[in-house]
Amino acid sequence: MILKVARKELKSVFASPMGWVILALLQFGFGTYFLNGVNEYFEVMSGAIRPAERTGVTMFIGQSVFGLASFVMLFSVPLLSMRLISEERRSNTLPFLFSAPLSLTEIVLGKFIGLVAFLTILVAMIALMLCTLNAWADIDFGYLFSNVFGLWLLVASFSALGLYFSSLTAQPVVAAIITFIALFGLLIVDRFLTGDDASIANYLSLMHHFQPFARGLIDTADITYFLLFIITFLTLTVRRLDADRLRG
Amino acid sequence: MTTLTVEANNLTRIYGGREAVSDVSFTLSKGEVLGFLGPNGAGKSTTMKMLTGNLAPSKGSVKICGVDMIENPKEAKALIGYLPETPPLYREFTVDEFLSIAARLHGVSGKHIKAAVQRAKERCGLTEMSKRLIENLSKGYQQRVGIAQAIIHNPMVVILDEPTVGLDPIQIRDIRALIKELGGEHSVILSTHILPEVEMVCDHVQIIDKGKLVFNGSIDILKQQRHGNKLLLGLTNAPANDELLKVPGVEDVETLPNGFLRVRYATGKAPAEALVQAAVSKGWGLHQINPDQTSLEDVFVQLTYQDAVA
Repeated sequence: MILKVARKELKSVFASPMGWVILALLQFGFGTYFLNGVNEYFEVMSGAIRPAERTGVTMFIGQSVFGLASFVMLFSVPLLSMRLISEERRSNTLPFLFSAPLSLTEIVLGKFIGLVAFLTILVAMIALMLCTLNAWADIDFGYLFSNVFGLWLLVASFSALGLYFSSLTAQPVVAAIITFIALFGLLIVDRFLTGDDASIANYLSLMHHFQPFARGLIDTADITYFLLFIITFLTLTVRRLDADRLRG
Repeated sequence: MTTLTVEANNLTRIYGGREAVSDVSFTLSKGEVLGFLGPNGAGKSTTMKMLTGNLAPSKGSVKICGVDMIENPKEAKALIGYLPETPPLYREFTVDEFLSIAARLHGVSGKHIKAAVQRAKERCGLTEMSKRLIENLSKGYQQRVGIAQAIIHNPMVVILDEPTVGLDPIQIRDIRALIKELGGEHSVILSTHILPEVEMVCDHVQIIDKGKLVFNGSIDILKQQRHGNKLLLGLTNAPANDELLKVPGVEDVETLPNGFLRVRYATGKAPAEALVQAAVSKGWGLHQINPDQTSLEDVFVQLTYQDAVA
């Protein structure tokens, strides 16, 4: 049943031009960065740098593409997640889901998976694009995997947060703005408290947990952080919807 | 068959200290059409939301075919088709896409979806709209899509909240026919404030006012109340009321402001013929004689007004 809801969500993204436009525009952006990266690699690495300081092509291009991707997702996920529940609230379609034989958890998980599936397409396209480097170079698949996995966890967390804020309001735009501010806050919270490595703010920061992945390090603590983050917000969403049913 | 499809026990819903619905109990058997009547804000929609599990009752319970809505919501919801006040439509989909989604979410198995969609479209007169975006349909057609999604999985109980709002007279007739047809195999609950509609399609009527059930019974009882033992007479040379009282069977005569006379007669007597004969022989100048029907509206007002006084 969860997948049926997810399928409906995915279909609804592609039913309007929005899904295609976002895919196309973002892919265009990533593609441009990718090409730039390839060009620059030759310029930067063409002898001016000592061999010891040279980095691999995967890392060089990966850094710029994934850096851009995590930043762009910060804007695009709120735009995609905003309508998940608030749009249904506004056009009175929630009773349709509530009176179908679905539990609230199934509805919320279905919507979450639907959005993550869409974002997975984006992430997969980036991964494929970088894999094409393998045609003429030996690329570091480990580094690539860690980055793709990290980015995927990051956008999944963004989606969970977006889904929750979308459940709070009947105005998609409000949901998008709140989501964006919250994500931005969580991303930069560690910038303000850089000194203390063990501070709570540091621990809460999404970026802080994404950086190891960007360096090619898969740490279970970070995976757990992202999973907890997702579970927390999905649970909150279920509870918010349940309150609808209880309080009316 | 007298299998109970809907059992509502002491349904109560409190909104901020005010009882929007209080202590509503009723049952519905298979094949019955129940009409839910009431003035605006009486609690019709709230009751329906509770029946369909969209709203948790503050007190009381709902059972659909014996399955408790609160304990086993999924099983109970699978037996219900619900059309809320505003039809829940995803405007970005075509009629076919939307109905397929509705069928899938209501647990129609993959290979039966096409047939179910086709059937629902035929029943609601939507076959020509298959490929149209719901967004571009007129309100009447959107309403039909709403009904189609409610009956797509062939549920035991169909709950329709004001299904004929916004339809043109021909569509209303079609939808009423459809509701009657549905009543054959399913149980139907519909709310409306169009009274003749209730008379046409419903077997049972419930009138709800200020959250309380003020009338619950078969439509025949309501019809009887409506047809009281009264005649409306139009006489050009009306005699004194005493003259009329002499006609056998007449119990009471009342002069109405518009010059007509309302004659009450004892139950079982039919003084119409005697009245006509008397009028002819005595030259009262009879120009009209009618059974005086209290309109359903009057019955409705009486029932809801009584409650307001009490």
